[in-house]
Amino acid sequence: MKPNLILHVIAKFLIPLIILFALYVQFHGDFGPGGGFQAGVIFSAAIILYSLVFGLESGEKIIPHHWLRILASLGVVIYAGVGIESLFLGGNYLDYTILGSNQIAGQHLGILLVELGVGITVAAAMLILFFAFAGRGRE
Amino acid sequence: MGNHISLLLVIVPLIAAPLVAVLPRGRLPWATSFVVSIVCAVFAGMQLWSVLQGGVISYELGGWAPPWGIEYRIDAVNAFVALIVAVIAALTLPYALLSVEQEIPEEKIPTFYSALLLCLTGLLGITQTGDIFNVFVFLEISSLSSYALISLGRSRQAFTSSYQYLIMGTIGATFYLIGVGLLYSQTGTLNMQDMANILPTVLHLNTVITGFTFIMVGIALKLALFPLHLWLPNAYTYAPTVVTVFLAATATKVAVYVMLRILFTIFPQTFTIATPADELFIVAGMAGVIIASVYAIYQKNIKRLLAYSSVAQIGYMALGIGFASTTGLMAALIHLFNHALMKGALFMAIGAIIYRIDSCRLDQIHGLGRAMPWTFGAIIIGGLSLVGVPGTAGFISKWYLVTAALEQSAWIPVAVILIGSLLAVVYVGKLIEALYFKPVTDNGKVVTEAPLMLLVPTWGLALANLYFGLDTDLTVGVAEQAAAILGGMKP
Repeated sequence: MKPNLILHVIAKFLIPLIILFALYVQFHGDFGPGGGFQAGVIFSAAIILYSLVFGLESGEKIIPHHWLRILASLGVVIYAGVGIESLFLGGNYLDYTILGSNQIAGQHLGILLVELGVGITVAAAMLILFFAFAGRGRE
Repeated sequence: MGNHISLLLVIVPLIAAPLVAVLPRGRLPWATSFVVSIVCAVFAGMQLWSVLQGGVISYELGGWAPPWGIEYRIDAVNAFVALIVAVIAALTLPYALLSVEQEIPEEKIPTFYSALLLCLTGLLGITQTGDIFNVFVFLEISSLSSYALISLGRSRQAFTSSYQYLIMGTIGATFYLIGVGLLYSQTGTLNMQDMANILPTVLHLNTVITGFTFIMVGIALKLALFPLHLWLPNAYTYAPTVVTVFLAATATKVAVYVMLRILFTIFPQTFTIATPADELFIVAGMAGVIIASVYAIYQKNIKRLLAYSSVAQIGYMALGIGFASTTGLMAALIHLFNHALMKGALFMAIGAIIYRIDSCRLDQIHGLGRAMPWTFGAIIIGGLSLVGVPGTAGFISKWYLVTAALEQSAWIPVAVILIGSLLAVVYVGKLIEALYFKPVTDNGKVVTEAPLMLLVPTWGLALANLYFGLDTDLTVGVAEQAAAILGGMKP
């Protein structure tokens, strides 16, 4: 595709900020508005922007397709795994209280891990969808 | 373990699904799914047993007490439905190995099993949960995965039929959600038990009546109640064989369960009987039985023939619900179980034929009954059960259904049930005539009996049809308890 200087410069400037904002939404989600789903979408938006400006191939080089599949599965496993962990510790499924030394610490850790799982799966799924549609005409 | 079984029933396939998706190609994804399905079947059996012994199981997710947290609440009704779903899954998976290898492209097999496990998660989740919104979540999990599964069928029509189901299914789910929202706005709760306690005080409100209507229509779409069944024949016809077997035996049954819960647990029965809902079920059920059976007779595709027969069978269950009496509900629940057995056996046997000749056209299967005697035997048993011949499971369902109708002196439904059975004789007869009495079409292919991996699960279900036609302790016993829980006040 035709290189466009303005797009390249602006994208290079914006992408790190978008990723930083995604991480903020992800890890500050338990105190402020946000959480895994929003963070995942913002994160994938950074990579989608990169692929739009620098071409689909360079976008796929950042995260190969089979990695996306593994990440999409990993997030679900993290989420469900937190639940299983609280089962092993003697609580009910997804009972975060039991994960920490006191209730607040436990709930905090639990929601953070679960949202991390959500974030990973959502980001990976968004990218899978994008690459699937964007790459349709290629074969 | 104890109560955790009820939770693990949903969580084990949920965790297995993403793991299976990333497994390497080969037979490992199948083996994992198979083990998971066996584990689920064992858990479901243990759960039913403990419910029958000790009453209701209540599980608080995340340790949040109901009605604020999500509660899994299991009594004889949902334990029974969960057992049907889990056992059918455990029988479908051994059958899946060869059939899937033939029908699904190799690179898609891990995702296929992943979607199948997700579908199982969703269906089991619907049966386990005691939260009316959680039902919607699981309904979407099972529906979305079944759209994906249906689209994997080999013919190009699989895409359009999957898309058709997607649209209809989404309308159904949306209607359900709108209904739940309206009920929530008036009761302030999503817990089924809590809602059942609060609803009697707000029943006069139009919002509640509208919510009730939305939910009824939404679930009726999902269970393919005539005339909202239009997605079903295409979906069943063009889906991969294994998917047809699994969905035909489980998906609509779970929707029937949701319907029973809404009509008889959440809403007071005086309300349900006062609305035209029960009469509508009887009318739609009767129309479904007759019209879908007639459609079945004229089909040229054996899968579509059985799909229309499924619509007719759902009509019988709707009749049972519509009678709204204890016997009627028992009949609906017994038929839910028995229909899973007969349609499971029939679709599996048809699948074995498709595995051999790679076609499901009625004029391609002439004379195959002699080449595939075991498969043919299973079709005969399943067919007799569908007709309702004494000694098969189908007879038990129809017996209770007719009893329920006679209790209310509802002569027209009795006549319809009998006519429906006669129509079933015609379409099953057509199948058997083509398989056994028509001369073999000579196209140079030598057809042999289906492999054991396909025959054993098929015959497992076929024999279950005979067993549950003679020994009704499990079906009638559990259905009696379940119907007592649901109530069924109408005499």
